Amino acid sequence: MSSALMLSAAAAPGGSVLFVIFALAACLCAVAVVAAQTVVRMAFWLVLSLGSTAALFFLADADFVGAAQLLIYVGGTLVLLVFGVMLTASGPYLKIATSPGEIILGAVVALLFLCVVVASISGVSWPEPQVADAGALQTTAGNTLRPLGLAFLGTRPDQDLADGDQLSPGYLLPFEIVSIHLLVVLIGAAYLARAKRRAVGT
Amino acid sequence: MSLSAYLLVGAVLFVCGIVCMATKRNGIGVLMGVELVLNGANVNFVAFSKYTQLGLDGQIISLFVIVLAAAEAAVALAIALNFYNNHLTIDVDRASKLKG
Amino acid sequence: MILGVQSIADFLAGITEAIAPGKGLQYVLAAVIHAVLLVHAFALSPAVFIWLERKVAGRIQDRLGPTRVGGLFGWLQSLADGIKLVQKEDLCPPAADSLLFRSAPYFVCVASFAAFMVLPFSHGWVAVAADCGLFIILAILSLEVFGIIMAGYSSGSKWSLFGGMREAAQMVSYEIPLAICALVPVIAAGSLNLGEIGGMQRGGIQNWFIFHNPFAFIAFFVYFVVATASCKRAPFDLAEAESELVGGFHTEYSGIRWSFFFMGEYASMFAVCGIASILFLGGWNTGIPPLDDALYAARNAGAAGQGSVIVGYLANVLGLLVFVSKASVGVFVQIWLRWTLPRLRIDQVMTTCLKYLTPISCFLFLGATLWPLLLATAAQRSTWTPEALGVRAAAEIRESAAATAVPAAAAAQPVAGSAVQARLDATTEGAVQ
Repeated sequence: MSSALMLSAAAAPGGSVLFVIFALAACLCAVAVVAAQTVVRMAFWLVLSLGSTAALFFLADADFVGAAQLLIYVGGTLVLLVFGVMLTASGPYLKIATSPGEIILGAVVALLFLCVVVASISGVSWPEPQVADAGALQTTAGNTLRPLGLAFLGTRPDQDLADGDQLSPGYLLPFEIVSIHLLVVLIGAAYLARAKRRAVGT
Repeated sequence: MSLSAYLLVGAVLFVCGIVCMATKRNGIGVLMGVELVLNGANVNFVAFSKYTQLGLDGQIISLFVIVLAAAEAAVALAIALNFYNNHLTIDVDRASKLKG
Repeated sequence: MILGVQSIADFLAGITEAIAPGKGLQYVLAAVIHAVLLVHAFALSPAVFIWLERKVAGRIQDRLGPTRVGGLFGWLQSLADGIKLVQKEDLCPPAADSLLFRSAPYFVCVASFAAFMVLPFSHGWVAVAADCGLFIILAILSLEVFGIIMAGYSSGSKWSLFGGMREAAQMVSYEIPLAICALVPVIAAGSLNLGEIGGMQRGGIQNWFIFHNPFAFIAFFVYFVVATASCKRAPFDLAEAESELVGGFHTEYSGIRWSFFFMGEYASMFAVCGIASILFLGGWNTGIPPLDDALYAARNAGAAGQGSVIVGYLANVLGLLVFVSKASVGVFVQIWLRWTLPRLRIDQVMTTCLKYLTPISCFLFLGATLWPLLLATAAQRSTWTPEALGVRAAAEIRESAAATAVPAAAAAQPVAGSAVQARLDATTEGAVQ
């Protein structure tokens, strides 16, 4: 049913329309995060922005990264942040507002910085997009699972057989380091955030 | 859909994150700014992975960024909770005990 | 005309070429057809399962259940309920944050619906044949938590807040053993693509992954318990415990907004039972060896154009019926559990997850990883079945890679392949000498 249509999502004729929709969603929701008044609304707009970013990843043929973004960022980190908001709330829908002067200064600096970045982006003539040589692992667009898995295990089939005699080391060592890092960080965070007697009054 | 479009999206996310970090007084709001900054960088990595010879390395690095951002959010939240437990407020402007 | 084509795509290409050349209209029409089919699947499964729940609950409690609407068995009761809910007043409490209050049900609904996108209903009958399909389902099912938190917080009532927080803690905790138990058959299969995993289990009931190794057998039951908990079904339904929290996170919701939460719940029940049947119970394969082989041959002949397309299509329809009935049996067992077992307290729920189910899942994961090593050293085999899994696995992977090949990459293949081939020839010659 779907076999003849499983081309690259971005190469499909509707791909650019979808890209524009999700890019606008990501950008506008990011601006809404800055403009929101309560922290929970900020979290809401941030969820929409990160979800649109995940959709952009799917359009860029990075299926695994997009799914990891949804699972870890939206389903994990943001839930953690919202729990933090609930635990640190001083009152119902309390607004900690910034003064208008600071808002204007921040907006001016942000726009200047955005102009600098956009100017540098458009000043570079990017090379033509090329289909990356998959080497011995003929993958289709978006199916990056097996190459990613093998890269994390220390082999790079897309590089090892196509290039010279140098075997590339893969990403096994960073993978192990990140695993230990996560363990240490989460034990430390759980210890830091353990229930203690709350300070009485201020 | 070109590389520049992706980089523009990344730039907008990055700038919004910076503004969030600079102007929000709620500590958790500052953390949300950090998440936006890291997402802007991730969009850049994935775009370069698709449109240049960077290939798989861009996606691997963005996976590492996602995982490390989750770890960093956990620690930052633990610190914020500690701060709240000691001062009964999450307003970062009140964290001024070390002021000279 | 439909008999002579191989797929919906070719059928649409035939029509749209006449209307508007190019692939744009074809893609849009295909997307619309897929979306309509999935929305029907997403909407009909709650309708059927809510009716089933009320009948089963009635029978367990020694009464009849609905018997009036639609004849003797009341099978149109869900329609009557739906009409009642649609015409109710749509209210939003004054203390509620109206943007979050109104959008929370859609998070839950969309998260449940998106799981249907990567769920294969039969051989090749999947909307998005993603290589990391199971990972995408786990990622999307984790989005429901955010909808629950929004609903609980933004309702502005303490019952909702307590229920929402408990529910979020429960769902987030149960995602861990869910993912680990879902990985146990993935270790056996070597693929995260649900279509490939289902296809590898053809040829007889001995090939189902639940019988692949003893750890997968236990993992099925642990997965089923964890899936029941993550769907917030009794005995893990503290969040909606009517006798304790009024309504939990959906206390302030009424009418069609409340029914969105319940559509999401029953649809995700069907989705997780469907995942269980694909991962463990053979998916759309019947399990009877001669029947499985005949259906497989019929499908391939129909797809390749050599046999009758109608017979191939009917073989797929039979696979669909098998899959839906396996998932429905799973949902029936979940309904049966709800009306039989008493409810667990929230601390018992969290203890069960963190102190019992998570270590058990880790132990099963470790055992499933070491099982091939054990078999290889003790019995010089890779699986206990006569036919090795690798034969079917290779066939499935080759088929899915061929089906999704990008033409540009295929054109570049000879160049890359020749470079690779030259390198391989050089190394093998070196090894031979």
